[in-house]
Amino acid sequence: MIKLLRFLKPYQTLLVFIVLLAIAQVAANLYLPNLMSDIVNNGIAQFDTNYIRQTGVIMVVVAIGGTLCTVVGIFFASQVATSMVQTIRGELFKKVERFSLHEFDTISTASLITRTTNDTTQVQQLMVMMLSMLITAPITLVVGVILALDQDVSLAWILLAIMPILVGVIVIAASRAIPLFMVMQAKLDKLNLILDENLTGVRVIRAFNRIDQEEQRFDVANLEVTDVAIRVNQLIASLMPVMMLMISLSQVAIIWFGSQRVGAGHLQIGAMFAFMQYALQILFSLLMVALLFIMIPRAEASAARITEVLEMQPEITDPEEAKEPTGLRGVVEFQDVTFSYKGAEAPALSNITFSAQPGKVTAIIGGTGAGKSTLVNLIPRFYDIDSGHILVDGVETREMSQERLRSKIGFVPQKAVLFSGTINENLRYGKQDATEEEIRHAADIAQAAEFITKMPEGFDSQIAQGGTNVSGGQMQRLSIARALVRKPEIYVFDDTFSALDFKTDARLRAALKGETRDSTVLIVAQRVSTVIDADQIIVLDEGRISGLGTHRELMKTCPVYRGIVTSQLSATEIAEEAA
Amino acid sequence: MGGQGMMGGGGRGPMGAMGRPVEKAKDFSGTLKRLLLYFVPESVNLTIVLFAAIIGTVFSIVGPKILGWATTELFNDLINIMYVRAQNQSIRQQLMQNPSLPLQLLPIPGINFDYIGRIILILVVLYVVSAIFIFMQQYLMAGVSQRTIYKLRKEVDQKLSRLPLKYFDGRTHGEILSRAVNDMDNIAFTLQQSLMQLITSALTLVGVLVMMLSISWKLTLIVMLTLPLSVFVVAGIAQRSQQYFRKQQKSLGDLNGHVEEMYTGHKIVKAFGHEAKAIAEFDELNRNLREAGWKAQFVSGIIMPLMRFVGNLGYVLVAVVGGIWAAQSSITLGDVQAFIQYSNQFTQPITQLANIANVIQSTIASAERVFELLDEQEQVPEVAQPARIPAHVGAVEFDHVKFGYSPDKILMQDMDIQAKPGQMVAIVGPTGAGKTTLVNLLMRFYEVDGGKICVDGVDITQLKRGDLRCMFGMVLQDTWLFHGTLRDNIAYGKENATEAEIVAASQAAYADHFIRTLPEGYDTVLNEDATNISQGQKQLLTIARAFLADPEILILDEATSSVDTRTELLIQEAMSQLMKGRTSFVIAHRLSTIRNADLILVMNHGTIIEQGTHEGLLAQKGFYADLYNSQFRGRSVDEAIELAQAQKLGVEELVE
Repeated sequence: MIKLLRFLKPYQTLLVFIVLLAIAQVAANLYLPNLMSDIVNNGIAQFDTNYIRQTGVIMVVVAIGGTLCTVVGIFFASQVATSMVQTIRGELFKKVERFSLHEFDTISTASLITRTTNDTTQVQQLMVMMLSMLITAPITLVVGVILALDQDVSLAWILLAIMPILVGVIVIAASRAIPLFMVMQAKLDKLNLILDENLTGVRVIRAFNRIDQEEQRFDVANLEVTDVAIRVNQLIASLMPVMMLMISLSQVAIIWFGSQRVGAGHLQIGAMFAFMQYALQILFSLLMVALLFIMIPRAEASAARITEVLEMQPEITDPEEAKEPTGLRGVVEFQDVTFSYKGAEAPALSNITFSAQPGKVTAIIGGTGAGKSTLVNLIPRFYDIDSGHILVDGVETREMSQERLRSKIGFVPQKAVLFSGTINENLRYGKQDATEEEIRHAADIAQAAEFITKMPEGFDSQIAQGGTNVSGGQMQRLSIARALVRKPEIYVFDDTFSALDFKTDARLRAALKGETRDSTVLIVAQRVSTVIDADQIIVLDEGRISGLGTHRELMKTCPVYRGIVTSQLSATEIAEEAA
Repeated sequence: MGGQGMMGGGGRGPMGAMGRPVEKAKDFSGTLKRLLLYFVPESVNLTIVLFAAIIGTVFSIVGPKILGWATTELFNDLINIMYVRAQNQSIRQQLMQNPSLPLQLLPIPGINFDYIGRIILILVVLYVVSAIFIFMQQYLMAGVSQRTIYKLRKEVDQKLSRLPLKYFDGRTHGEILSRAVNDMDNIAFTLQQSLMQLITSALTLVGVLVMMLSISWKLTLIVMLTLPLSVFVVAGIAQRSQQYFRKQQKSLGDLNGHVEEMYTGHKIVKAFGHEAKAIAEFDELNRNLREAGWKAQFVSGIIMPLMRFVGNLGYVLVAVVGGIWAAQSSITLGDVQAFIQYSNQFTQPITQLANIANVIQSTIASAERVFELLDEQEQVPEVAQPARIPAHVGAVEFDHVKFGYSPDKILMQDMDIQAKPGQMVAIVGPTGAGKTTLVNLLMRFYEVDGGKICVDGVDITQLKRGDLRCMFGMVLQDTWLFHGTLRDNIAYGKENATEAEIVAASQAAYADHFIRTLPEGYDTVLNEDATNISQGQKQLLTIARAFLADPEILILDEATSSVDTRTELLIQEAMSQLMKGRTSFVIAHRLSTIRNADLILVMNHGTIIEQGTHEGLLAQKGFYADLYNSQFRGRSVDEAIELAQAQKLGVEELVE
C-alpha cells in the first residue's frame, strides 16, 4: 500500500487542503458541545434566554460551517482518490501491454485481469474511505483528548481507562474472528467447488448413478460451512453489545465522578455535559481507527498484487538502435536455436536450424508437446530464445523493433481470438487502411464470405465479446481472413485448420495457394494430409528436429515421420474432428 | 454525534447499500412470504430473539431519561446551593449593618449524592441487562439465520439433482452458480445482519418517539420539523447517487470488458502491433470511469454528513428551545439533556431503515431467483413399479424414435437402430453432427418425443434411471474427474470397491504404471483443474473407472487429438480391451475402428442419415462414401466437393 502512495504525489496541495478541511470539521463537531455547555452555564443557570438564543444562532452557523467543510472535503477526496486510481490503472495497463507472453504465463491472464480491474477498485474504495471518513478519526482522537484534558484533567482519566479496554476488546475479538473468517471462506470455497463439479460433471454423476453420494458430499460441506458461520457470527454477536456497554458505562462514570467535581466546585455543570460529548466522539473515533486497521490489510493484498505487476520489467524490449531489414522479403532463418520456458527443467526446443523461403510452404508436424507451437511463437518474438539466432530477412529478430518485425507477419493462432466490434473492424485489424475490396477478397479466400453475407448486417454485423455469437469454425476463418488482409511477407498458421471441418479446410487451402504465392508460409499441423504437399516438412520430436525434407524424402529417411504417417493412415480421420 | 451503526459486518457497512442502484423483485410480497415460511421451524427461537430485542432496545432507550434525573438533581442542588449562598450573602450584609438582628446564616445544602448514586446504580444495571439481551438476540440469530441458509442451500442442491439435463444444457454454469452462490450469499448476509437491524431500528425509532413524547410533546414536534429534511436527503440525494452509480457501473463494465479482451487476445494485439491503440482506448475508458466514479463517490459520500447536519439542526433547536424553557423552569435540565440524546438517536434509525429497505429489496430479488430455480420443471418422475431386465446381455433398440431439443426443431423423425449384444457400433459424422444426442437418449438424459428405446427388450422409460445408467459405461473425451485422490476418482465407478479391484481396473486400463510413478501413487490428489496429470492420463483414468464399473454397454469417444503418441497407443489398446464382450457405441475417428464396426451410424445435423456396414455404405455412394473418399484420397479435393454437390449436400451444410 505504501508503495502505491507515491501516486498521491501530484495531489499534495489538495491533500493538505483535505487535511485542513478535516481539522475544521472536527473543530466544528467538538465546538458544538462547548457551545452547549455555555448555554447551560451562562444561559439556563443564569436564566438568560437572550444568551441562549444568540448561542443557538452561533451553533447553527458552526454546524453549517462544519458540514460545508465536510462536503468540500469529500468533494476533493473523491477527486483525488479516483484520479490516483485512474493513474494506477493506466500505468498497469500500459505495463501489461508491454509484457511478453512469458509474463502472461507467469502471472496468468486471469490474474492480470483481476489486478487491473478488481484490485484497483479495492484500492480506490479504501482511498475514498480513508480520505473522506477515516481521516477525521485520528484528528478527533487527538483534538478530543486535548480538549478533554483542558476541560478537566481528573475526569479525563476515565477516558484513559476506557480506551485501552475498548482497544483490547477489539483486538481480542479481531484476533479470534479473522482466522475464523478465513476458515469460513475456505469452507465456502470448497462448497462452491463441489457445486461447480456437480454442474460440470452432471452427466457422469448421473451415468454412474452417484446422485445420492454427491448430495451427501454437498451436505457435509454445507454443514461445515454452517457450523463455522454460526461460530463466527456468535463471536461477532458479543462484540457489539460489549462495545456499546463500554461507551454507556463511560457516560455513567462521567456523570458520577463529574457530579462530585461539580459539587466540590471544581467543574461547571455545562462543562460536564461537554465532556460527555467529547467522550462519545473520542470513543467512536477509536472504533473508526480500529475499522481502519481492519480495512487496510484487505486492500493491502490488492495493493501488493498491483505493485508486483508495476515493478515487473517486461522481458522483451526493443533494441536501442533498431536495424532495418533490406532487400529480402520474408526469409525466416533459425540457426541452432534453443529455448526453454522459465522454470522448466528441459528446453522446449533444442538446436533448431532451418530456413523458410518466400513462395515455399514449410510445415511443422509432431506429437503433442513436441514444441510445434513454441517454434512458431518464436518468430514474432513472443519469447526470447536462450541461444542461437533467429533471422528474418537477414536481421536478427532481437535487433529489429518488435513493431517492424511483426508487421511482416500474418499470424493465425491455434485458438482464434476476435474482438468485439463489427466483422469489418475485426478484419481491418491488421491493416487499418484496407479497402472494401481487400476485405471482401480476404474473406472469400478464407471461406468466410458466404456466412458473412448470410448474416443480417453482412460485414457490419457485430461480433460479441469473445466471439460467442459465431461458431468455432467461423471464428477461425475470420481469424485467417484477418491475417490475409495484411498481405504479409510471412504467414504463420499455428494448427489453424484443425478447427475447420474437412471440406472447408480443403477448399480453404486450395484458395490459399494462389494468395500466398510470394509469401513464406509456415504451417503447424496435426494431419498428414495437411502437410503432404509442403515444400519442406519439419518433424519435431520432443523439441528436436528429427527430420527435415519433403513427404517423399521423409518417408524414406525419417522413422518418426513414418510412424506418424502410418498411425494416421490406419487412423485417418474420416470425419473432421480434432478439437 | 457518533452513531451506533459504525460496525457493520462483512465490509458492507450500514451505509453500504444506500445510494446504490437496487435490483427489484418482480413479485415482492409473494417472494417475501415464501422466504418467511423458511423461518417457521425456527419460530420458537425467533420469538425469543424478538423478545430479547425488545428488552435490549427498551432498556437502552430508557437510559438517557433516567440519566436525566441524575443531572436534574445535580442541577437543582446546585441552583439551590447558589440560592442559599446568595441568601447568606444578603444575610451577612444585613448583619454587618446591624449585628443585632436576629438572623442566622442558613446551612449550605449539599448535593444529594445518595440519590445520584442510586440512579447511577440503576443505570449500570440497565445497561448491563440491555447488553446481555442484545448479545442473546444476536447470538441466537446467528444460529437461526445460518440454519435457514443451510436448509435453502440443501434444497437447491437437491433440486439440481432432480432437474433434467435440458436445464443444464440450456444455460451457462455461471448463470446457475450465480443463483446458487451469489444470490445465496446475499440472502445469508441479510438474514444475519440486516434483518436484526431492521427490527432494532424500528424498535428504536418507536421507542425514542415514545420517550420524547413522554418528556415533552412540544419539543418532539420541533424535532419532527427536521423530518422533511431527512426525507429530502434520503430520497433526493440517494436517488441521484443511484444514477451516478449506474453510470459508474456501466463505465466499469466497459473498462473490464476491454481489459479482458485485450489481455486474453494479448498475442493477437502484439502480433498485429495494436498496443498503442489498445492503450488509447483504455485511457478513454479509464477517463470515463474516473469521471463517473468521482461523482458517484462524492454524492454517496455526502449522504452521511448531510444526515448528520440534519441531526445537528435538531440538536441546536432542542438546545435553544429546551434551554429557554429550562431557564424559565418549565422543563428540567435533565429532561433537556435526555431529549438531546434522544433526538440524536432519532435520525439514525431513519437512515438505517432507508438503507435496510434497499438491502431487503435486493435480497428479495435474490430470493426470487433462487425460488425460480426451485420451481423449475423437474425430470419425468420414475415409474411407480419399475420393470426389471430379465437377462443383462446388452441389446439396444431404437424403435421409431422421434426426438428434438425443442418441439419446433425435430431432429430425428422416425429412427430405427438395432445393436445386438456384443456388437460394435461406430458413430461417424462431422463436428456438431449430434453425437451427444445419441448419448443423451441412450442414458435417458433427455426424453424421446415419440417411439421408444429398449435395452434388453425393456422400454427404458419403464426402468429406474439408476438401473438403466448402471448398464452403461462412458469414456468420453471431456473426461470428468473431481477434486480428490486418484483412488477415489477410479472408485467412482463402483461403490465399496476394494483396493484390489481398483488396482486391477487400473492395470487393465494401463493406468497403474503412470499412477505408481507419481510420488503419492493412488493417493495423489487431483488439483482443482486437474492440471497435475496429462489429458491422456485422464482418459486412462476414465477407462479404469469404466472397467471397475463393468457395464454391459459402452459409449466411447475415440478422439485423442491432444495426446502424445505413446499414450494414444495405450488408450487405444485399453479401449479395445474394454470393448471385448460388451455392446459398444464408439464415436469413431479411426478408419480401422470404422471398418471393423458391425454397424456404422452416419450422423449429420443431429440425426442419423445413413446406417450399415462399411461395404454396404460405400456401395450406397452416399454421404459416407463421399466422406470416405475425400478424406482418403487427400488431394482430390475438388473431386470430393463435386461429389458432395452431386449428392446435393451443399458443402456449407457440413460446416457447423
